[in-house]
Amino acid sequence: MLRDALLVAGKDLRIERRSRVTTNQVAPFAVVVLVLFAFALDPDRGLLTRAAAGLFWVAVLFCAILAVQRSFSVESADGARDGLRLSGLDPAGIFLGKAGAVALQLVALEALLAAGVVLLYGTDLRGGVVLLATCAAATIGLAASGTVYGVLSAGLRVRETLLPLLLLPVAAPVLLSATRAWEVALGTGGAGDGAGPWLRLLVIFAVVYVAFGVVAFGALLEEA
Amino acid sequence: MKGTATTLTRVLGFCALVTLAGTVVLGLWTTPPDVVQGELVRLIYIHPAIATMGEVAFGVTALASLLYLWRRTRDRRWDLLAGVSAEVGVVFASLTLVTGSIWGRPTWGVWWTWDARLTLTAILLLIYTGYLMLRSLIEDESRAASAAAVLGIIGFLDIPLIHMSVYWWRTLHQPPSILQPNKPPWENVHPSMLTALAISFAGFLLLYFYLLSLRYRLGEMREKIKARRLERGV
Repeated sequence: MLRDALLVAGKDLRIERRSRVTTNQVAPFAVVVLVLFAFALDPDRGLLTRAAAGLFWVAVLFCAILAVQRSFSVESADGARDGLRLSGLDPAGIFLGKAGAVALQLVALEALLAAGVVLLYGTDLRGGVVLLATCAAATIGLAASGTVYGVLSAGLRVRETLLPLLLLPVAAPVLLSATRAWEVALGTGGAGDGAGPWLRLLVIFAVVYVAFGVVAFGALLEEA
Repeated sequence: MKGTATTLTRVLGFCALVTLAGTVVLGLWTTPPDVVQGELVRLIYIHPAIATMGEVAFGVTALASLLYLWRRTRDRRWDLLAGVSAEVGVVFASLTLVTGSIWGRPTWGVWWTWDARLTLTAILLLIYTGYLMLRSLIEDESRAASAAAVLGIIGFLDIPLIHMSVYWWRTLHQPPSILQPNKPPWENVHPSMLTALAISFAGFLLLYFYLLSLRYRLGEMREKIKARRLERGV
């Protein structure tokens, strides 16, 4: 299963290295989103700094949708999905591979966005361990849930609008928890119980969706 | 069989009508106004019942989805039931938000507030709207059925997660005032209010089953028409 996962992830990342969709299209989009938030919220440093955690994670969520959409549009050309089904690879492995590739791209985008938040919003990145742990758990959760919903909407004519409508409400706990955890770490939120419970919730979300994907991806891919 | 309604549906509809009419009479005239809330308390005769039926409907969707996915009980009828229950659930969830807003404006001073329960209901409504969209957009029937079933189940699995996150986030909505652990319900409210409440729950439950059976029957008839068209080779 793990070998299959590495194979699929390697394939997706190789396609990405050659087509450069994430670097040339999604990354600039992420920066544009950050700039737009500044327009919307008035470039008042204080407000942007306070809202930085939430804006960061909203931008990550948008990027996740684009990354997932890309991950399944590469399978729709030339009957690649049929090839994947017939390849004899373990479906759980395919799921882990695709989710892993999405997660790696998200990590790169998060690094870019974090730099953007520091430069454009004047945020101090404090509390490094909590920030990184939040990123890790949230990224895995987003990539796993995104891959599950991605295969659900793959191959449909309206997938561009359907995927966000399906994924965004379900990913609400990720946005909420990741934002609160970051606020605790950055010291911009109100007094709370600390980042612990939020991190736990992120981990639970990630575990639930990874487990669900591993179990159900085969059936979903059969039907897609 | 003429018409969409079966005898069972008609009986359900009649009972729902009677109990809901009873709710209106008891809720508007018989019961006393509240000490704190005054006349606004009368919302309690519709809002909690509607909200509960929305949750019941989504629960039925998840259960039917599970039964559809399980190979031993796989049957098109479970898929149909899951779909129609989600439709009715979306109606009830929307009504929950509307009635809640109407009450929230004079009581809290705002139409909407980012309270945990409100947020949870809104997110649920969005998830099941997406669910209905997915159902209607996939043309291949068996694919639509299994994709919808999967979504019906994960939508439901997501509820505890959303629940936890929004409750930690913020809570303003009052906790249950009738069902409390250390007191029997009749000590908390006036008995006439309790009767009206019970009747309102019964009424909306009947209404749920009435709408469910009506939509279910409609779905069955649609499939029959489709099958007949296929037979004729249209």
